[in-house]
Amino acid sequence: MSAAPVLSVRDGHKRFGAVHALKGVSLDAYRGEVLALLGDNGAGKSTLVRCISGVHALDEGEIRLDGDVASLSTPALARGAGIETVYQDLALFDNLTPAQNFYCGRELAFPKWLPRGLRFLRAREMDREAASVIDRLKVRLPRFDAPVALMSGGQRQAIAVARATVFARKVVILDEPTAALGVRESRKVLDLVRQLRDEGNAVILITHNMEHVIDLADRAVVLRQGRKVGELKPERANQQELVSLIVGAEA
Amino acid sequence: MLAEATRDPDAMSGTRASEDRAGTAAVALGLRLLSFGPIVILALLVLAISLLTPNFLKPVNIGNILAQTAVIAIVAMGQQLVILTRGIDLSVGANLALATVIGGLVFRVSDSAFLVILAMLATGTLVGFVNGAVYVFGRLPHPFIITLATLSICRGLALELSINHTTMRGMPAGVNYLGETSSLGVPNSFFVVFGVALLVLVMMKSMVWGRWTYAVGGNPKAAVEMGIPVKWVLVSTYAFAGLCAGIGAVVLSGRTGASSPLYGNLLELDTIAAVIIGGASFLGGRGHLGHALVGALMIGVIRNALNLLNVDVFYQMIAIGLIIVLAVEADVLRNHLEGRARTNQARAQ
Ligand SMILES: Nc1ncnc2c1ncn2[C@@H]1O[C@H](COP(=O)(O)OP(=O)(O)OP(=O)(O)O)[C@@H](O)[C@H]1O
Ligand SMILES: [Mg+2]
Repeated sequence: MSAAPVLSVRDGHKRFGAVHALKGVSLDAYRGEVLALLGDNGAGKSTLVRCISGVHALDEGEIRLDGDVASLSTPALARGAGIETVYQDLALFDNLTPAQNFYCGRELAFPKWLPRGLRFLRAREMDREAASVIDRLKVRLPRFDAPVALMSGGQRQAIAVARATVFARKVVILDEPTAALGVRESRKVLDLVRQLRDEGNAVILITHNMEHVIDLADRAVVLRQGRKVGELKPERANQQELVSLIVGAEA
Repeated sequence: MLAEATRDPDAMSGTRASEDRAGTAAVALGLRLLSFGPIVILALLVLAISLLTPNFLKPVNIGNILAQTAVIAIVAMGQQLVILTRGIDLSVGANLALATVIGGLVFRVSDSAFLVILAMLATGTLVGFVNGAVYVFGRLPHPFIITLATLSICRGLALELSINHTTMRGMPAGVNYLGETSSLGVPNSFFVVFGVALLVLVMMKSMVWGRWTYAVGGNPKAAVEMGIPVKWVLVSTYAFAGLCAGIGAVVLSGRTGASSPLYGNLLELDTIAAVIIGGASFLGGRGHLGHALVGALMIGVIRNALNLLNVDVFYQMIAIGLIIVLAVEADVLRNHLEGRARTNQARAQ
């Protein structure tokens, strides 16, 4: 962790009209590390994530990737820069199959000299790749050619996480990836998180589950009402402190 | 809320397994039947009508149906793409009329079929582009209003430009050839439909653009998050719907050998009806070429049959209205069955 951070946010501000959702948040993420991003409902966690992944732009402050100021003004740019996000609402397309969901927005297609939208899909290649990934991650799906609409909450979550896993190169952000899952399925997702970390990604994990934080996170950053109110190494011994940072009461 | 997340919501699993499997099969069967519904209804219609009137299946009449359906089918294919992206295009009929009038004006100075056709296609595409651009870059909440506005503008412009002639006679021979002549006993307009269908098929199934239209219709927010250029997908979709209206204008002018600011009246409703009764989802994200074509054919068959049987026009309207209700209910039922399939999945886990 002595190395330079792969991602750092400096003094980020974000307003939605009258709502000041981020009030000068700074944060560093390092390769091979799981950073837990904690905070009560409405603390600004998803907003921060959406600024990093290019959905929103920060009003003030900057985001650095590998030390350089990065322009992440669109999700395509952020994805291109190696930042993968599992959004809180999963961002799946109900009308598409798992493989189509995997590659949506960066389809394998030819010929390269045409503008992206006019290229022809390499459908079979995408199906094959996606199937092998799903297999490797031990995600069980009922059918691979059915639209995602027909799959259960756990399966959908697994598809969204698996999608990020495949394309992750630097930073992976997971916004409450286990929120809708049972114990068994949660464990599977957490295994994926470990795998992502071991592959050298910086993982930013948002969750309300303290067990998962203590199990998995190397560091925790706590937001409250758009401000960073603490940063510590989560352990069983300081769980109480962590919780009171989140809810804002004195321990 | 912190405590809640550690509870186990998985307690249901493992119960009632065999019952679920039967339920799953029934749901899957239901969904399958629904997807074939429109074709089955079309087949039943054809069967019933041919029993009622023997003239129906005569080659001449079939040629008539194809020719009469061509314009609706072509424009419906564009409408289908718009509806796929959760939109609607109310301007297609007026756009078609304006395109024929512009084509007619070009014909006054040149009898080149190429120039006349080019003028019609360009007009249609330009109007479609304006629809899309104003909708997207004007940040409108829904395309309803802008396409309603262009409906009015196009119709007014067409009337103005035709200097209040209700019809302007004359079209170049090449245009008449496309709209009126038959080859091998099949109206040439049918081949135009076929060509457009082939193009749409390739765009939707094989091209990245088609995949993106499904994505935008399925989940617009996620489409942005996944880096799809949603704005351009929408603009190009409306432009393409306009192009289809322009192609429809060529076929209609060719068939009648004229242009008119009154052409395409209520064509927007016919095409929307065709897409919906063909089986596409009005909520977007779901639908393909076949839906537009089957729906257009259904409308063509009903109109033709009721003509042959000498039934009043308003019964045609009532019949089509009833089928629309049926189609929308089928869509509701489909969504319900998919919900069931999902819960079955969750329990089977
Ligand atoms: N697009 C938006 N427009 C307006 N206000 C927004 C928008 N997105 C977020 N907010 C506001 O910003 C604040 C922070 O919301 P955010 O979603 O980031 O919280 P969160 O920490 O992710 O909460 P949760 O745990 O419930 O997911 C809230 O007050 C929210 O209402
Ligand atoms: Mg959130």
